Amino acid sequence: MYRFVWRQLPGPLPVRILLSLALGVAVLAALYLVVFPALEPILSVEDITLGP
Amino acid sequence: MGLGAVIRVATRVVAEIFLTLGLLVVAFVVYLLIWSDVQSAHAQSRLRATFEAQVEQAHRVHAVGPGVTTVVAPAPDTGSAVGVMTIPRLGDDWSWVMVEGVADADLAKGPGHFPGTAMPGQPGNFAVAGHRATHGEPFAHLDGLRRGDEVVVETTTDTYTYVVDRSEIVSPDLVSVLDPVPGQPDARPKRALLTLVTCNPRWGSSERLIVTGHLRGRAILAEED
Repeated sequence: MYRFVWRQLPGPLPVRILLSLALGVAVLAALYLVVFPALEPILSVEDITLGP
Repeated sequence: MGLGAVIRVATRVVAEIFLTLGLLVVAFVVYLLIWSDVQSAHAQSRLRATFEAQVEQAHRVHAVGPGVTTVVAPAPDTGSAVGVMTIPRLGDDWSWVMVEGVADADLAKGPGHFPGTAMPGQPGNFAVAGHRATHGEPFAHLDGLRRGDEVVVETTTDTYTYVVDRSEIVSPDLVSVLDPVPGQPDARPKRALLTLVTCNPRWGSSERLIVTGHLRGRAILAEED
């Protein structure tokens, strides 16, 4: 998978490194801004309010 | 493609899947332990700026002098500031802007006031929930509070000092601790009480840690019937 993505990246080595870093940042941003906030209520470590 | 090549490819795919899952778990732990604290600190600084502006405005309105009767303000909108809580026992710099509401989004910003419970200083039960781990963990060391400790609540117009009476560990469904007179759902409150709620154990959800107190001064004058 990682090798496949690497092969798809165009350009010489420095460009590929920059592109792969940008891809990594984009994936992290998607995780932190969308995926994890949505997952948190399900996986949260604590529940602090009271309710029946 | 020979059998050996198939096995090599399959092994690599499985290895990459496990590597990816491992990275995801690490990223989620970093999200909970660090990112949620950063987010709540950010929310707190915005809330504090708004709150301080409101205090300044309230002072200007009340600048006519002492003796002005305080109007009981209605509850603020969900997610906006209710007041600032300071607890000297938890550290000199322990100061949090409380927000209205106890939904996940509210509690991610800071301690949340249970909607429908009394406002600060009013007769009834001023009840506040806060995270004990993650999201800035305001109530991380709530178990360190002792009888007689002060909990100071500053609103835009007034400062109220509550005194801690006791702490106890209860079941998560014991909503009666939030009653205006705890345990007596129909009683009319005369005293102004404080109830702080967080999870117990820290990092767990099986129980709740409850710290109760009463408003200093005025509260002692009237006992409930």
